[in-house]
Amino acid sequence: MTRLIAKSPLAGVLPVEVEGAALREVAVDRMTSIAPFKGKERAVSAALKEALGVGFPAPNRSAAKNGARIVWTGRGQAMLIGAEAPEALRGIAALTDQSDAWAVMQLEGALAEAALARLVPLDLRSGVFKRGHTARSMLFHMTCSITRVAPQGFEIMVMRSMGQTAVHDLAVAMRSVAAQSEG
Amino acid sequence: MRIDGKGLVDRTQPLTFTFDGVSYLGCAGDTLASALLANDVRLVARSFKYHRPRGIFSAGSEEPNALVTIGRDADQTPNVRATVQELYEGLAARSQNRWPSLNHDLMAVNDLLSPFLSAGFYYKTFMWPRAFWEGLYEPVIRQAAGLGALSGDHDVARYDRAWVFCDLLVIGAGPAGLMAALAAAEAGADVILAEEDSLLGGRLNAETDEVGGKPGQLWAADMVARLSAMRNVRLMPRTTVTGAYDQGTYGALERVSLHQADPHADTPRETFWRIVAKRAILAAGALERPIAFPNNDRPGVMSAAAVRTYLNRYGVVPGKAVTIFCNNDDAHRTARDLAAAGVTVAALIDARDDVEVAGNFPVFKGAHVIGTGGRKGLQEVTIRHAQGQRSIWTDCLAVSGGWNPTLHLTCHMNGRPVWDEGRAAFLPAEGAIPGLTVAGAARGVFSTAGCLADGLKAANEALMDLGLKPSKSTVPEAEDDPYRITPLWQVPGKGRAWLDFQNDVTVKDVHLAAQENFASVEHMKRYTTQGMAPDQGKSSNVLALAVLADATGRAIPETGTTTFRPPFVPVSIAALGAGARGKGFAPERFTTSHRASVERRAPMIEAGLWYRPSYFPRADEATWREACDREVAMVREAVGICDVSTLGKIDIQGPNAGAFLDFVYTNTFSTLPVGKVRYGLMLREDGHVMDDGTSARLAEDHYVMTTTTAAAGLVMRHLDFVHQGLVPQMDVRMISVTEQWAQFAVAGPKARALLNTVLDEPLAEGAFPFMACGARRVAGVEGRLFRISFSGEHAYEVAVPARYGESLFRLLVAQAESLGGGAYGMEALNVLRIEKGFITHAEIDGRTTAFDIGMARMISAKKDCIGKAAAARPGLLGEEREQLVGLRPLLVETPLQAGAHLFLENAEAVRARDEGYVTSVGYSPTLGQYLGLGFLKNGRARHGEIVRMVDHLRQAEVPCEVCDPVFFDPEGGRLRD
Repeated sequence: MTRLIAKSPLAGVLPVEVEGAALREVAVDRMTSIAPFKGKERAVSAALKEALGVGFPAPNRSAAKNGARIVWTGRGQAMLIGAEAPEALRGIAALTDQSDAWAVMQLEGALAEAALARLVPLDLRSGVFKRGHTARSMLFHMTCSITRVAPQGFEIMVMRSMGQTAVHDLAVAMRSVAAQSEG
Repeated sequence: MRIDGKGLVDRTQPLTFTFDGVSYLGCAGDTLASALLANDVRLVARSFKYHRPRGIFSAGSEEPNALVTIGRDADQTPNVRATVQELYEGLAARSQNRWPSLNHDLMAVNDLLSPFLSAGFYYKTFMWPRAFWEGLYEPVIRQAAGLGALSGDHDVARYDRAWVFCDLLVIGAGPAGLMAALAAAEAGADVILAEEDSLLGGRLNAETDEVGGKPGQLWAADMVARLSAMRNVRLMPRTTVTGAYDQGTYGALERVSLHQADPHADTPRETFWRIVAKRAILAAGALERPIAFPNNDRPGVMSAAAVRTYLNRYGVVPGKAVTIFCNNDDAHRTARDLAAAGVTVAALIDARDDVEVAGNFPVFKGAHVIGTGGRKGLQEVTIRHAQGQRSIWTDCLAVSGGWNPTLHLTCHMNGRPVWDEGRAAFLPAEGAIPGLTVAGAARGVFSTAGCLADGLKAANEALMDLGLKPSKSTVPEAEDDPYRITPLWQVPGKGRAWLDFQNDVTVKDVHLAAQENFASVEHMKRYTTQGMAPDQGKSSNVLALAVLADATGRAIPETGTTTFRPPFVPVSIAALGAGARGKGFAPERFTTSHRASVERRAPMIEAGLWYRPSYFPRADEATWREACDREVAMVREAVGICDVSTLGKIDIQGPNAGAFLDFVYTNTFSTLPVGKVRYGLMLREDGHVMDDGTSARLAEDHYVMTTTTAAAGLVMRHLDFVHQGLVPQMDVRMISVTEQWAQFAVAGPKARALLNTVLDEPLAEGAFPFMACGARRVAGVEGRLFRISFSGEHAYEVAVPARYGESLFRLLVAQAESLGGGAYGMEALNVLRIEKGFITHAEIDGRTTAFDIGMARMISAKKDCIGKAAAARPGLLGEEREQLVGLRPLLVETPLQAGAHLFLENAEAVRARDEGYVTSVGYSPTLGQYLGLGFLKNGRARHGEIVRMVDHLRQAEVPCEVCDPVFFDPEGGRLRD
């Protein structure tokens, strides 16, 4: 029997490294969007907490526990990453497989913030956009989800089909700030 | 000429540069202007209109004269201000707007014609014949007038744009700015200090004053060192704040590598910043203004403060014998500093009678300069005083008509400056920009001590607003001279007196404007073009309106002032649009099969941001038509594979999902059985068609909607709007799954045979009828199968998670090829659907209704839906509407043209006789002729009639027969089979 070969969204275009910043692909095995139905927000949060130890996130927040991460991505919507959606959510939330819909990257390094300042119109200063904070915003010309995952690290999600352009735009910004920090 | 022992430049680091091909030496720390003056180069430019010889006037970004071109070809940057351009090794600058050379400019003949070229000349002279304007007058005038020129090549240099955020933005790093920045930073605020100059310190670097008991430059350097050491401070030298915008946003242009001899290839030339600040302090200082006296534009006539800057900062004097002409005490410093440096001061001429001047040089009180001499550089001035007239030999005239606060940013939100009689200057209006305070010379505080105190005060106000404690800093001791001035705008006399050096506007031009009743300052500006050059009249505006006030017999406040708009200095378009070139122009969206299609040499066409294969050429095919014809035949006779992942897919779930779809679609979906697909039509609120597509019911409360590629985003937004705004009571959730699923059409008589080679469980004949759908395992992967057809053939769409997309595409194409089929592209897809009369956005272009496309009956009578009421409006139904029809050329091989219009056979092909238009055309290899779809008035009733297709653009006329839009297999037997 023939078997299909899986290919990650950014295979062959990442990693990109410059002095002070590195961009690599984040492998996503399972990602599910969770949108609680009317009046079920508390029940959804409780079921998540019970099964995975993380509740449904407030707007612009994310949480992680034991490899399961949940990231707010919009009005009444969050992405559960790295874990199967708990059975208890069936019927109280719309669950949609998003495992292949996103190109997910991590940008890390002393120049990560400076590189993102070229592309993302958000105040990403560490005192304002703290670890676990997340936002839907623009990455140059495309929409993105951006989360601070480390003191100098950001996770960036863009539409899968736009992954190559995202890497191009990020690489240009990374090279620019690296060249400027040399001088 | 360089003066020993003066200046902050590094004489141990000589730099070679060229101007108009001649090589010179300068020092590290020089600007191009200071280096040219150090080499006694006085003539640096020709003026805009009259090609008058011009020299360096100022020492800052306000420079009206010394514009040069740097670089060549694609790297050429025109209109670079020599006073801003820092010197680097190998810098090559050229003068502009001269022919054949700067020294011998034949265009200077314009100057002799000046009596004819005054303000309004072009308007009056070249009014008619009208047609001559674009063809003759304008090109000739443009050739003769102007500043620098673009190369005409693409600018391929790197530019950046970026955002930065802070608590407090301090604009300008003079005494007020430095004081404010340090006070705020020490109190804990996140501070950005933006300074236009490369060296922070402002006038402290240009004067000989002491601050806190030490030379001003050293005090400034100490402050900068302290600020640099603080983590909450970001110093931004070489950064001009260019505009003030809403909500504390400021535009700023940073010159990143324009001062570097050999910048790293990845370094941008400039960065355009958007600075977002909770509070801001404008400490941008003041600009010295000239006085309008006859022939005041000769090279060697300079701003008095600039002469001090060149002396004290660069160790350069612009002449051997300098004369000072002023109306205020501040300019006396120029004489004092020059004398102290051992430079000959030929005379100090003060227009006022009652002044005290001490110094070992001739002083003329109550005197005016009434003329100048010297062809390409100043050689003498003529003065008039109580005792009469006399000439003074001098090669530099330092002029000061007083100071104008640099309040430009405060006007960017329509704030109007306020006239201050005592200081003879406009001051910024209070609160003109929310969150911005003005401090120091920018609000008319002209002493160093005053600026320091004002900076601290502004910082403390800002700190309070930010919820921080006020600073404990104290103000150091400094010069606190009063500012004494008696206004003097113009000196009458023989010869032209220039106001706007950059646009060649004279006192006489302003008088002429007033005389011709362009007496409002806004009219005067537009009539004379005063203030409309790249310098935006930084040194001429106040002067010009004072002259206008005089000419119209009004006071200055009555006359008013024109406003300042962003940007404060010219900003390269390349910096504003940084990054949006080449691959950065727009995102490229690639399907999972992209690489496999490119490997098959498929040319790509752009569909929105998506790249889709146009056709898959084979080695023996010379044209796209051959490939397209083969692909169409392949689908009709065997099986074809097409990536349809770009169509929008929206996952819709919830107890009210069915009801929600009933509301957004014209037809009913709540009754659709699970495991079935239905075609749906969606209207806009105004009753016109928004989009069409199929929706599949995967479970009782779970649908997946497909949209067209073009309208995927639009429909998603529409659904969100409808849910949030119109039916918030409905319990339904939506998310795009366009990117989650790679989806391929498998179409043709052998489609089922092919699918059965990849499905884990083969489909039995008749087991998966037309419009069936459901989950199926595809080569071991959980996929989805839909029995839908956009080709009219027995067809499926098979979907797998996108990670498997490329693999499945390769597999399907290989299997298809073994069955005599293969991949097909957009061209074949388009022909297949035209043969079937299926519509795309070429037909539903936003102006057509369900009635027009023959789908009026799809608007269900049993329920309401968006657009239903509006679609029934008079004028949207009936015989007068242009209705969807098929078109066949009478000569089958004659091509039809999309976009062409339809006329009656014998009618004249003019707009009034227009009967309709052609939307889609293609050659049908199946039927052996060209086919077209189009809209024709009352078209459905006119099948069989002959109409004439006329394409006025491509000069084509084709008689066509009107017919049903479904050309092929009208009963639909093939797709149901």
